[in-house]
Amino acid sequence: MSITASGLAAATPLASGRFLDNPVFHNQLPDAVLETIFMTAATAVIVAIFGLPLGILLHNLGPKGLSPNSPVYRVVSLVVDIGRSIPFIVLMISLIPFTRFMVGTALGWQAAVVPLSIGAIPFFARLVENALREVSSGKVEAVKMMGASSGHIMRQVQVREGLPGIVGGFTVTVVALISYTAMAGAIGGGGLGALAYNYGYQRYQGDTMLACVILLVIIVAVVQWVGDRVARGIDHR
Amino acid sequence: MIELTDVSKVYPGGVTALDSVNLTIPDGEIHGIVGRSGAGKSTLIRCLTGLDPATSGSISVDGVDLGQARGAALMKARRSIGMVFQHHNLLDSRTAEKNISHPLEIAGVPAKERKRRVEELLELVGLTDRRRNHPSQLSGGQRQRVGIARALAAEPRVLLCDEPTSALDSGTTRQILELIRRLRDRLGITVIIITHEMSVVREICDSVSLLSEGRIERSGALLDVIQDTGSPLSKELISLPPTAALRPGDTLVEALMAESSQLADVGQLFSLLSSQGLDARVEAGTIETIQGRQVGRLHIKPTTRAEAEQIAAVLRDHGIHAELTTGAEVEAERAAHEEDDARAEQQEENQ
Repeated sequence: MSITASGLAAATPLASGRFLDNPVFHNQLPDAVLETIFMTAATAVIVAIFGLPLGILLHNLGPKGLSPNSPVYRVVSLVVDIGRSIPFIVLMISLIPFTRFMVGTALGWQAAVVPLSIGAIPFFARLVENALREVSSGKVEAVKMMGASSGHIMRQVQVREGLPGIVGGFTVTVVALISYTAMAGAIGGGGLGALAYNYGYQRYQGDTMLACVILLVIIVAVVQWVGDRVARGIDHR
Repeated sequence: MIELTDVSKVYPGGVTALDSVNLTIPDGEIHGIVGRSGAGKSTLIRCLTGLDPATSGSISVDGVDLGQARGAALMKARRSIGMVFQHHNLLDSRTAEKNISHPLEIAGVPAKERKRRVEELLELVGLTDRRRNHPSQLSGGQRQRVGIARALAAEPRVLLCDEPTSALDSGTTRQILELIRRLRDRLGITVIIITHEMSVVREICDSVSLLSEGRIERSGALLDVIQDTGSPLSKELISLPPTAALRPGDTLVEALMAESSQLADVGQLFSLLSSQGLDARVEAGTIETIQGRQVGRLHIKPTTRAEAEQIAAVLRDHGIHAELTTGAEVEAERAAHEEDDARAEQQEENQ
């Protein structure tokens, strides 16, 4: 779908009559931005809370972990991969009954958080697993030699030494989440995605589409910038 | 005291990595364990630390059996051994002082006590001014010194060093070895150094063991081992550089000056020979000062076979081991040695 904004505008009978002079900008746009931010932030928190332990579990059950257990690893791994392989739009629709059960409704940004979290937790867990695998086994052995418990090794060695990688993975996850929020918006989740779809696409408002695109790009750029800064700040390699 | 009794390790695949190893290392000694790659050095370390328990046999450190310890007892036993690694294995996220205090945190030492101890250790390894640097901001030698300080933090009785200098240049190597010796003298700890560098053994070890195909082939005090002319370890410790100008038919006297020598240095050996009217040329020679004694191996080339026997007799009279050899034998020995090296290298690549 490659339609330029100005081309769209020319073909669009706007209520106000002029490109960029659109009441949607005052009435809906600020709320949509906030909804996108809330949706992303709430999901990010949930993903961090559940994805990090799941990633640590995956790594430590795996062949290079603290207590390798290949049958259990394969089961957990399979569940994670199933979660990752379902196209998000399908996941979202199939989760509607569950979302209703959890939030009471399938509409609005609060409802969108449920499928977003379920889609992003396995994604982030895999990235955490990768980050932990990068921590050299020598460091783990050195600390093991000090008589450390497994819990201590996970927190103080695996997570602490793998933190730059974990933060990088989290940034990637949040950026992916932002694009998922747009998809969630299309089926009633609200936010910039909903605005772009309902006004930019359905009502041929090229200026609304353009505004949504620019705002999404800015949000992604800010997230990426913050993520990179944090990762650099904690990276002492 | 460290005591290994009949320690064997068989890996699940059926590979025997250690084959009834017996070894006793008295308190306060620096003991070197040498061997080619694949000889079982790494396995021995893993057994000693309990990271990978031995299949059979017992390993005791100061009377505590490491081989049988499990769970909490193993964790406690591990604290009696400090370990220094080839690639330091410091945590990049921690500063030098935090790395050193890490074992103390794990042992539950109160913060105030930790601070005092870290201060002491930083001073001991000469890094007081680098305390707030992260490992990435330190040189290889400094990192290794932090690693040593960390290994000593929990006041272990044993310092286990796995190739501690293999990643360092020769100047830094000397500094690190000097530090290890000084720490032994000061703290009275027992040190085990696993290495493939004979120079490390010559420089610092009191005693040495040669590990070969999972067995201890030879073990003893350094000078005794060198004195033992039949042992391959003696030839490795005091090895001769290759000589190009040797013909297969040449007769040579191979002389080994070691503990039993009545001569103080090599200069005396030459004056002795010339005073007997024996005019000999040195084809190749290696002289080392080990534990304050001059030790050396020489290839002396006489003009005739009769002269060779005369030279050997004179040297033997003065407690120097001497035997006749030929250019062909020397050549064959070197070829066999190179083949061994090539095989070890091949093995390393395969791993």
